[in-house]
Amino acid sequence: MKLSGYLRGYKKETVLSPLFKFFEAVLELFIPVIVARVIDRYIPAGDTRGIVLMICLMAALGAVGFGFSVLGQYFAARSSAGFGTKLREAIFDKVESMSYSDLDRTPAPTLINRLNSDASGAQSGLNIVLRLVLRSPFIVVGSAVMAFTIDLSSALIFTATVVVLTAASLAVVLSGVPVFRRSQGALDRVTELTRDNMTGVRVIRAFIREDEEIKSYDEATEKLSRLQKLAGRISGALNPATYVIINTALILILRSGSVRIGSGSMTQGQVIALYNYMTQMLTELLKLAGLIVMLARSYACAGRVGAFLNSAPASETEKRRSGGEKAAESVGGAAPRVEFRSVASAYGAGAEPALRDLSFKAYPGETIGIIGGTGSGKTTLVNLIPRFYDVSSGAVLVDGGDVRDFDPAVLRKKCAVVPQKAVLFKGTVRENLMWGNPDADDAALIEALHTACFDDLASTRDGLDTAVAQYGSNFSGGQRQRLTVARALVRRPEILVLDDSSSALDYATDAEMRRRLASLDFSPTVFIVAQRTGSVRDADLIIVLDDGDVAGMGKHADLLENCPIYREIHRVQFGDGEVTA
Amino acid sequence: MKTNKITRRAILGRIVRFAAPYKFSLIFSFLLGLLSVSLSLFIPVLIGRAVDMMTGPGAVDYDGIVPILYAIAACAIGSALFQWLMTAANNRITYNVTRDMRRTAFRTLQSVPVSFYDGVAHGGLVSRVISDVETVSDGVLLGTSHLFCGVVTVAATLVFMIRLQPVVAAAVAILTPLSLFVSRFVASRTYGYFKEQAEVREEESAFSEEIISSQKVVKAFGKEEDVKRIFREINARYEKKTVRAVFFSSLVNPSTRLVNSVVYAAVALIGALFAVSGGITVGALSSFLSYASQYTKPFNEISGVVSELQGALACAGRVFEVIDAERESPRSEGERIGSVRGDVELCHIDFSYRKDRPLLRDVTLSVRAGSHVAVVGPTGCGKTTLINLLMRYYDPASGRITLDGVDVSTVAREDVRRNFGMVLQDTWIRSATVRENIALGKPDATDDEIERAARAVRAHSFITKLPDGYDTVLSENGGSLSAGQRQLISVARVMLTAPPMLILDEATSSIDTRTEIEISKSFERLMEGKTAFIVAHRLSTVRDADLIVVMRDGEIAERGTHEELLSENGFYKKLYDSQWRGAEIGEG
Repeated sequence: MKLSGYLRGYKKETVLSPLFKFFEAVLELFIPVIVARVIDRYIPAGDTRGIVLMICLMAALGAVGFGFSVLGQYFAARSSAGFGTKLREAIFDKVESMSYSDLDRTPAPTLINRLNSDASGAQSGLNIVLRLVLRSPFIVVGSAVMAFTIDLSSALIFTATVVVLTAASLAVVLSGVPVFRRSQGALDRVTELTRDNMTGVRVIRAFIREDEEIKSYDEATEKLSRLQKLAGRISGALNPATYVIINTALILILRSGSVRIGSGSMTQGQVIALYNYMTQMLTELLKLAGLIVMLARSYACAGRVGAFLNSAPASETEKRRSGGEKAAESVGGAAPRVEFRSVASAYGAGAEPALRDLSFKAYPGETIGIIGGTGSGKTTLVNLIPRFYDVSSGAVLVDGGDVRDFDPAVLRKKCAVVPQKAVLFKGTVRENLMWGNPDADDAALIEALHTACFDDLASTRDGLDTAVAQYGSNFSGGQRQRLTVARALVRRPEILVLDDSSSALDYATDAEMRRRLASLDFSPTVFIVAQRTGSVRDADLIIVLDDGDVAGMGKHADLLENCPIYREIHRVQFGDGEVTA
Repeated sequence: MKTNKITRRAILGRIVRFAAPYKFSLIFSFLLGLLSVSLSLFIPVLIGRAVDMMTGPGAVDYDGIVPILYAIAACAIGSALFQWLMTAANNRITYNVTRDMRRTAFRTLQSVPVSFYDGVAHGGLVSRVISDVETVSDGVLLGTSHLFCGVVTVAATLVFMIRLQPVVAAAVAILTPLSLFVSRFVASRTYGYFKEQAEVREEESAFSEEIISSQKVVKAFGKEEDVKRIFREINARYEKKTVRAVFFSSLVNPSTRLVNSVVYAAVALIGALFAVSGGITVGALSSFLSYASQYTKPFNEISGVVSELQGALACAGRVFEVIDAERESPRSEGERIGSVRGDVELCHIDFSYRKDRPLLRDVTLSVRAGSHVAVVGPTGCGKTTLINLLMRYYDPASGRITLDGVDVSTVAREDVRRNFGMVLQDTWIRSATVRENIALGKPDATDDEIERAARAVRAHSFITKLPDGYDTVLSENGGSLSAGQRQLISVARVMLTAPPMLILDEATSSIDTRTEIEISKSFERLMEGKTAFIVAHRLSTVRDADLIVVMRDGEIAERGTHEELLSENGFYKKLYDSQWRGAEIGEG
């Protein structure tokens, strides 16, 4: 995973931190040598002054080591916090650059997880590595190196120990991985069953399935605990194995040490020093083993972040087509504002087209109704106009130019979309409406609210300063829909798209809003996506979609007569009697 | 504060009861811990003795050393083996208790009243059963084991040291725990920084969550650069707070090490001076140094366990809230009835979810077997509540409901439910195959029966188009199925069990036209000859009903057939005009 790039700007800190930790480790490695000297020279000689001096040196080394360590921790904090910040920024920027089709592929909760938990996981992983993990190899390898300065054959025992320890830990980890994976799967199953039984409580009770549910839960929990115990037996072997290996090495050192002391080539103090090095190694390795779980988690986090950041760059829809150049001017009254020329569109290369062979023209001031069931291609159609998606064949023209020849920002300024899901953002009503146009004044905002049939709001106590909670949850569905319509109107767009955005309004308000929209002074071309025939019956053109195909096109009365699907939709909603309205 | 202590003790008592079946494992684990720790702590003494037998050239007692080396090997192997067995025993206890607690909680959840679920967030409930239970068994059981091992380590170390030399032992025992106070001191100072960091983190995640979940709107309005700017500003503040919090908290380790190295030096000094005067041998000095370097560890562990235990007890409180949730009477308790004919009567029903807000008032309704009742009315008028009462998910505050003349409150709940087939608007699909989903109410149904049910409700053709047909595994939210297909599956479920009465909740958000037609046809098929209550949204359903019940503010406002009600020119007429007749009013 190529996340190292996000350390750029923190190179100094990232190098200095381990360097200072290294200095600290080196100082610590001197302690056994000093102890050896005290034992070999000053104790036999009874030199109390020498002893005190040496011990003061030890304490001084500790104090200097503390200084190094503090510096190391500081740079580690700087580096990891900086890394995490860069990472979060990159993830957020990437999300902002994603096209609609990218967003379809990656659901929002996944994106939020990458940003808020995985990036922190990677950040704390780096911090742990810099602060804690690197210390262990310094001490382990350093101990082996120090052993070389004391005695060659003992040093070979140290080297062999390091090799055997590495092999043993690898063996434990590798044999554990498949079991851990299976036990994670079993845990997921238990979680799934728990959640299933909460969301489905009414159905489970209706079918009197409680006892069967308990039985399958018992099976799932049994399997989980069995696998957890197995995994525990494997991972629990690591520390005892380390312990046995280190002590075996110690025995070998004492054995060879005794021979070499006997022959006068080593001193008692040196054997004690080697013993201390072994103990230091053991302590560090046990600490490291304790960090493995955390590290594995961080590693997985970093992997997910890396995969996300390295995934394909922003798609074509976010760029002007090369060679194309379309300025922002609007068309005169006679030319179509929006034109579809045998448009087909599919979500993804191999997918069935969501829209097939659609051609029509829409002029300024006209209202176009689009009707059909869920999945019939209504939203697909309107999303092609601001180029949220690209056509797979044919062309969409706005003001006489292919939408692919526009700067996407310019094109999208011409359009205002009221999405199906009416969401607002935390802040005030004014701030939310000004999403439509950051330069709008209060009069413009109030006018937009009027058109959206929400005059009441302006006369409330806080008016435009009324607070909006996250997602606009302090407003009712109908109020939210009217606010999102107003937000779009503030832009005074050439093209206004209402994607099923009056579903929560009562009939009278819906009709009144449509009436006010039809008499707007900037005469936008309005696209109304609807489920019900009532909302589109006055449109200049109604497009009936059925599973991506155009099932009919025309005015309400024609369609009732000539289009069976339109008639069917009408019948299901209004019953047989009213077909001939 | 006192009550708090009592409940804490009560919680601990409950956990002990869960651990009781494994008391032998627990005793075994303690015993193994005692042995393992003691053996490993004896090794420094043995090494000290060995070192004393190799004082210099020609002064090495080879014969004396060998048995000591064997003893070291025996201690190391024994200690490692006992440690491994102890871990296994601890795992057995922890994982079994986790399992048992989850099972107990799950059994409670199967017998609490449905109202329990309506009052809580499901996500929170899941995390209580899954992660909180884990924290409890980890924290309390492993914590206890670590606590015990920690205490044994301290005690055994003291014993070994005192036997070597009491004065030096006293020095180690008194000086070493100093580092604990230092680390406590540093940790307490960092609390404030963490709080500041957490505040900014919360701000950042709230902002990013809101923006990302509405990213398409951000894009539609071209606000990408604006939100990026705001994010950067919050993120920069977060970085500053993070550096501070992480740095100060990471001072704990170096401070501890500083104190440790000073203590080590002091022990070395005292030990060396004793050695000069012949008070201890060089080997004993090395044993002391080894103890001095390890003696802080158990203290750190003990203090870690204590704080972990507090967290675990808080979690345990949440877990026991679930386990102790009030259960309703067993669903098989009461008069047992078989299949009913389907006469339903509601007499003066009053009901409210909250005392101050009555939801149903004096609802009286008589339905003959085989007739179809459409319930209509604006949102919040009490339609769904009616379903809750019929299925006995809730019981009315006053009044009674009878089935074939029998008061349902005297009948076993499961027998009432067995007589109803229910299809709800928000369909529930479980994580299992299509086949298992359809056979939910009749797990022993044959493949043939399942297919017949699916065919009857026109679900067979789309099911066969799924990747694995009837064996396609569906996920909890239905995965790739459309809303309409999910509803067809739940209609098939009811088709398979063929109950004498039905409760159908039509979908408000219209699904694609063709499926909608399929569903209304399969509903018709399902309702043939059965008593049916339909929460209706489609005019065609309403018009075909034998009886339309118009609900308004928890009361039955009007009742009758479509024509009767229209001619009354009352609330139904108004409702009809606003919901279905839009096209006819128009603007012309």
